[in-house]
Amino acid sequence: MSGTTPSQTVGPYLHIGLTWPDGAYAVPAAAPGGFWIRGVLTDGAERPVSDGLIETWQADPDGGFAHAYTPEGSATPRFRGFGRCPTGGSGEFGVFTRKPGRVPGPAGPQAPHIDVSVFARGMLNRVVTRLYFPDEPEANAADPVLTRITDPAARATLVAGTAEDGYRFDIRLQGEHETVFFDI
Amino acid sequence: MSPTGAYTGGTADPTGYIRDHDVHPPMDYPGYRSTALRHPKRPLELLPHMLTEVTAPLLGQDTLGELDNDLTRQHAGEPQGQRIIVHGQVRDSGGQPVPNTLIEIWQANAGGRYRHANDNWPSPLDPNFTGVGRTLTDGSGRYRFTTIRPGAYPWGNHTNAWRPAHIHFSLFGRAFAQRLVTQMYFPEDPLFFQDPMWNSIPDERARQRLVASFDYANTEEQWALAYRWDIVLRGREATVFEPVEGGD
Repeated sequence: MSGTTPSQTVGPYLHIGLTWPDGAYAVPAAAPGGFWIRGVLTDGAERPVSDGLIETWQADPDGGFAHAYTPEGSATPRFRGFGRCPTGGSGEFGVFTRKPGRVPGPAGPQAPHIDVSVFARGMLNRVVTRLYFPDEPEANAADPVLTRITDPAARATLVAGTAEDGYRFDIRLQGEHETVFFDI
Repeated sequence: MSPTGAYTGGTADPTGYIRDHDVHPPMDYPGYRSTALRHPKRPLELLPHMLTEVTAPLLGQDTLGELDNDLTRQHAGEPQGQRIIVHGQVRDSGGQPVPNTLIEIWQANAGGRYRHANDNWPSPLDPNFTGVGRTLTDGSGRYRFTTIRPGAYPWGNHTNAWRPAHIHFSLFGRAFAQRLVTQMYFPEDPLFFQDPMWNSIPDERARQRLVASFDYANTEEQWALAYRWDIVLRGREATVFEPVEGGD
């Protein structure tokens, strides 16, 4: 066993190294069924965080992953499933993707979900949350992660709203409606 | 037979990654003022690792350009400053190399200035230095960049605050749970004592793991000094059976 390398902040200039031209596209723009997940990242004074970065990771529409351990695991060829978007001057971000399928869980399938990382100046570690879909009430009610959150108001921070071109998912780092973040 | 340490899929209850929060800085560190409004105040909810957390994107060669790992050759001329080689190995805390993982770096120029619209530190921009690099680790988890040694720079955190020279690193690992963003520092930097990011790491041994070693053996005559920096990501919770190499 050797000691792990500690985390440090991305700092204010992450845009130099961590932005990609197609970063926001977890799936290609022409992907059938594609939609935008849009939101705003805010701090404890409810001010927009304009020097942050959002990353998303998810299963393909069939609930499979093409990843380092099982590259054959995805039923949807060339499904990247990874989105990355720096926040803009108003804290806004957007990731274009498709809805993930149901991923196996410890006691049956999980509800469709997307894992989300948040990085920013002033954050010595990233924080992690999960996005769930508002049009999956039955799956959400049985999800092994969502059902751990007993406070309905807190649980609601993990369920996206709807928007004209997809879904709305605001992330609040602190404050009255602070997003639920996970210890992973 | 799956590759060494591989998650074979097909189970609803995959092995997770060791929770190692003790080595990381706290989210709230008053000495680093910007943490005040940017740390969650509610306790984090435990998330047992399931498939989404033990998988990660496959980011391969198509992510990279030819000169992405040489920050001194991305422009018409040579950048100002001391040319250096930064190399090392990425392993997990169980000692297993992490092959084919994307490493991204970004840094200030030799004068301590970032090529960023918001950096107004009055040190000149270098027309021959962008300060961005990318590479994939090889089959043994090794990586190598050629760059220039970044300068220290002042910032507004506290009176007479200066950041020690550093290079930002971003690593994906092979699982969402292994994702790491950190900074590499240089040996015996006189600015450590007053730097809140450095001091936010409670364990001195863990801090020292952010410091590269001067590597004379890999220093290239008439060309570049070398530094070695090994990076250790989180390891898996259970020991995976390893076939003995060269057995039978």
